[in-house]
Amino acid sequence: MLTIKDLHVKLEEEDKQILKGVDLTVEAGKVHAIMGPNGSGKSTLSYVLSGRDGYEITGGSAELGDIDLLDLEPEERAAAGLFLAFQYPVEIPGVGNMTFLRTAVNAQRKARGEEEMSAAEFLKVVRARAKELQIDAEMLKRPVNVGFSGGENKRNEILQMAMLEPKMCILDETDSGLDVDAMKLVAEGVNKLRSEGRGFLVITHYQRLLDHIKPDVVHIMADGRIVKTGGPELALEVENNGYADMLAEAA
Amino acid sequence: MAAPATEMDLTEARIAERTLPKGGWSEAARTDALARLRRTGLPQRRDEYWKFTRPDLLTQVGAQAAVFEHSEAPIFGAMDALRIVFDDGVFNAEASDALAMEHVSIERLADTDVDIHWAKGVYGVLETAGQTPVARPLAALNTAFASDGVLIHATGKAPRPISLVYNHSQETSDAILHHVIKLDQGADLTILENGPAAARFNKVMEVDVADGAFFHHVRAQGRDHERLAATHIFARLGTESTFKSFTLTVNGRMTRNDCIIELTGDDAVAHVAGACVGDGDFHHDDTVFITHDAERCESRQVFKKVLRNGAVGVFQGKILVKEGAQKTDGYQISQSLLLDEDAQFLAKPELEIYADDVVCSHGSTSGAIDDEALFYLRSRGVPHGIATDLLTLAFLAEAVEEIEDEALRDVVVERLEGWLERHRS
Repeated sequence: MLTIKDLHVKLEEEDKQILKGVDLTVEAGKVHAIMGPNGSGKSTLSYVLSGRDGYEITGGSAELGDIDLLDLEPEERAAAGLFLAFQYPVEIPGVGNMTFLRTAVNAQRKARGEEEMSAAEFLKVVRARAKELQIDAEMLKRPVNVGFSGGENKRNEILQMAMLEPKMCILDETDSGLDVDAMKLVAEGVNKLRSEGRGFLVITHYQRLLDHIKPDVVHIMADGRIVKTGGPELALEVENNGYADMLAEAA
Repeated sequence: MAAPATEMDLTEARIAERTLPKGGWSEAARTDALARLRRTGLPQRRDEYWKFTRPDLLTQVGAQAAVFEHSEAPIFGAMDALRIVFDDGVFNAEASDALAMEHVSIERLADTDVDIHWAKGVYGVLETAGQTPVARPLAALNTAFASDGVLIHATGKAPRPISLVYNHSQETSDAILHHVIKLDQGADLTILENGPAAARFNKVMEVDVADGAFFHHVRAQGRDHERLAATHIFARLGTESTFKSFTLTVNGRMTRNDCIIELTGDDAVAHVAGACVGDGDFHHDDTVFITHDAERCESRQVFKKVLRNGAVGVFQGKILVKEGAQKTDGYQISQSLLLDEDAQFLAKPELEIYADDVVCSHGSTSGAIDDEALFYLRSRGVPHGIATDLLTLAFLAEAVEEIEDEALRDVVVERLEGWLERHRS
């Protein structure tokens, strides 16, 4: 599904190398987790994959299926099936959540040459999916992410994911700012979207999110590289011993 | 034609170009206005409130040719309203509805043989009051020479809006229209205005809002790239009255909209708002002067401008709180969204307060599209152009939301969406 080979990335504005050769393959139907200390390049990887400005690719490749992601505009990557759940969803005053969702869904459909969703059909689907995430009608009417609590923010991200039905989902520290109940709710939302045709890359600092979204593979990232790969037990090891031992061992 | 050498030559040349309408109830007011104009002369670049907008094109003898081309239908065409049509500044009876409506009397300014007593108390009167402390010579010129216009007197709640439709067909038409609107105690009236009007358009609207009356005004300036316009609204508000005015401006080479409001009765409310979008050879100036001369009045100025490709926006807004106007609540915001580095926004917010128990706030900002928001939208699959439009409409929303009537608001938003789509980069 997602194939990243020897990806090197530096900041556009400064001479600072962030990713120093990332190799990673996420298969369809699988959940991969990336853990790692602050500054290891986890979030940068998610931004680079989704096409955010400010980074320069100095080597390597990233493909979704057989599509070269790095050549595409952010909206083209989205239409190709990539979705990033933001760590800090952006507030957009004046743009209603519903308008935004419907514009996004139909723009993607149009880009793929599919028929656009009618207003009635869209409303029906969005209401059903919102209900599962305990998002009420009032929240759907509000401007995108404006005045949302941390939990509302993340549930709204998952709602977008559910509506856009991407092939490859990247969750960037979706657990940050969530209490236990909110995290459970968000994890349930994600788990409902797990399917054979869909890959997940879950970026997190802590093991606790992985109690709810059970990964197939866990990667440890440090200093711009994947330094260790293993099963779910690797996350427990991090939880118990921290990164220091593991990194010393990898070095 | 060579430009006249001195200021007074220019003013006299402009006066000589026109004939003062003789006879009828308005003659005295016109003669007075002519004297006012001669005292101040036409606006000059050095005048305090003309520093950001070159007055030349608005003051020179003869209008520059403006070719009228548009493909859009008139904006309020589908609304249920009493239509009054002017072609190049001349009333068109055939295209207009019958000038009759319950609780409202409508006359033509050009009908000089009728003695319209009530209009005498307003015509040129609010304009004169609005000449202090800042002279508004183009309005005095208008009062003196206006060739047409409507005189609307509302005595109760008008059953539907009155829509003033301005058509433009002649290449060098130079129209001067003057409307007088009087709302008696408790009356309620909505005035809609739209259309390019003329190659050059000078319009004054005097609005006298009596105690407890409600005046609602929604105007759309657009559908013509080359026209020039200088407009004035002079309003006087009585106790517990409400005045709400919104202007949408798209296209037009030069527009100067002055709005002068005097809150003379306690607990009156005045809201003035504007949304404008300009691309290329576009200069738009909103100049607002609100005087609080009574207690517990509220005023709001909300102006938003989206500019690109060399377009220029100007905002000059003043709140004057006179001595004794306690508990005044004044608010003013002017913001521009600059879509590229060639666009320009010039703002001059002013507060002048002589009462000690008031709340007045003002703010002015210029900014670009928020990159974070743009990326967020694009990451969800919304293409760059559509994402920019969504953020642009969001920026304008605060001004557009000042329109109370939802149907009117929707029409305005639709117009903006259409413009943005056509001008998408």
